[in-house]
Amino acid sequence: MIERVATGLPTREPARTLETAPFWDAIAQGRFVLPHCEECGEHFWYPRRFCPYCSSTSIAWPDVSGRGTVYSFTIIRKGQGPYKDVGPYVLAIVELEEGPRLMTNVAATDPETVHVGQAVRVVLDPAGDTDAIFRFVPA
Amino acid sequence: MSIRGKAFIAGAYEHPRRLMPDRTLAEIHAEVALGALADAGLSMRDVDAYFCAGDAPGFGGLSMADYLGLNLRHLDSTETGGSSYLLHVGHAAAAIATGKAHVALITLAGNPRSGGTPPGGSGAIVGPEGIFENLWGAQIAAYYAMAARRHMHEFGTTSAQLAEIKVAASLHAQHNPHAMLPTPVTVDEVLASPLVADPLHRLDCCVITDGGGALVMVSPEIARTLARPGVAVLGHGEAVKHTDRGRLDLTYTAAAWSGPKAFEEAGVTPADIDYASIYDSFTITVLQCIEDLGFCAKGEGGRFVLDGGLVAPFGTLPFNTDGGGLCNNHPGNRGGMTKVIEAVRQVRGEAHPAVQVPNCELVLAHGTGGSLATRMGSATVILGRQDA
Repeated sequence: MIERVATGLPTREPARTLETAPFWDAIAQGRFVLPHCEECGEHFWYPRRFCPYCSSTSIAWPDVSGRGTVYSFTIIRKGQGPYKDVGPYVLAIVELEEGPRLMTNVAATDPETVHVGQAVRVVLDPAGDTDAIFRFVPA
Repeated sequence: MSIRGKAFIAGAYEHPRRLMPDRTLAEIHAEVALGALADAGLSMRDVDAYFCAGDAPGFGGLSMADYLGLNLRHLDSTETGGSSYLLHVGHAAAAIATGKAHVALITLAGNPRSGGTPPGGSGAIVGPEGIFENLWGAQIAAYYAMAARRHMHEFGTTSAQLAEIKVAASLHAQHNPHAMLPTPVTVDEVLASPLVADPLHRLDCCVITDGGGALVMVSPEIARTLARPGVAVLGHGEAVKHTDRGRLDLTYTAAAWSGPKAFEEAGVTPADIDYASIYDSFTITVLQCIEDLGFCAKGEGGRFVLDGGLVAPFGTLPFNTDGGGLCNNHPGNRGGMTKVIEAVRQVRGEAHPAVQVPNCELVLAHGTGGSLATRMGSATVILGRQDA
């Protein structure tokens, strides 16, 4: 089970589609998964029901480590919408151990300490009664 | 088959205003269309091809054709954000070269300044990627900031180097009576402006303006009948770069693909270019594209822009002599149209005398639409003096 951590950043229950339900259902169960093509063997991001490498429709959703490093990041000084009043927060591209790079937040006590190459791990930030979304924290 | 020399820009017009709460979008489109047609010495009746992007109101090209009273046999509403109009130039040249059209009109209009679009963002992303980006509070400046951060990490690029790009644009803008920000700034002033999204400061960002612009393109046969010489379209390249299934690389842009195609078609090299309009939504957009277009090696952009390298008329690569999106105009959050218009002014010798590049015969205009950190449509156009 991936650790559940309320980061204090805005959350909302993720709207599911046929394509994204396997991912968000896993998150709700405390698992972090990536879509994986059973034919060409590639992990890809973001979720689809076909492989954007080889067009196969044999897609599995294996658990992955949830560990990675910060590929790049920024500290957004003034957010918009739900982030309007949260103060400075980190938007980042995290490179997972399995290869894919994905957009996320790095929730650090002090955003100024976040840096490229920093080791991070996934956490599940509760959203609503049963759902969650993923974020990363310093490993 | 090449478009080289088979289509000419005969008319170009930039709306002089930067704030237009009194105009509808359609009316701004009409004003710039009439301006460009008058510049060409043509009228709405001559137009047989129309190009517009996502900023066209209503049913896009259909609503605009109806409103403007156009009789069309070619319509193209390619939408790649702010670079759309540079793709339109290439598409119009291809349509003219193949006889599908003779007089093409391209228009842009936008009013985010009076419409309340917040700085740094134009609204929620709604594509299939949307939830995997907007859950995290992503915004447009942040996307470019992440590209800047990675470029700094890999190549040692500094904020002071990025600031040089704003400084050069501001030195040009002081000569433009219509520029939104006509006052020159220093590197220190850029660095002292508030951080929007690290490492980008407020002055690393383009302006937000109401405005518009239009181009008229014609066949060589029609160009020969017009009073003033046309500007020849010599080469065009376009490319799309995206998150690559989760293997995104933030250190280069799609200019790395669109640029070589344009240079090959024109039969010239970066060293031959007298002036360049380079899309400048943010300073980092310029820096990466300078490298990707081949004006310097990858990673050398930060050093290239030092020592007034971009400052007209005598820098290594005079750029954005109207003040660019960084200081002059970024109508509708879309800077591609004004890139072509200033390039046309330079070839015609009609830029402000203080920034007119002497003997300017070969120019480049480049657009980046979308975002550096997610998905972008890039287009490069090479224009020059050539008899029709």
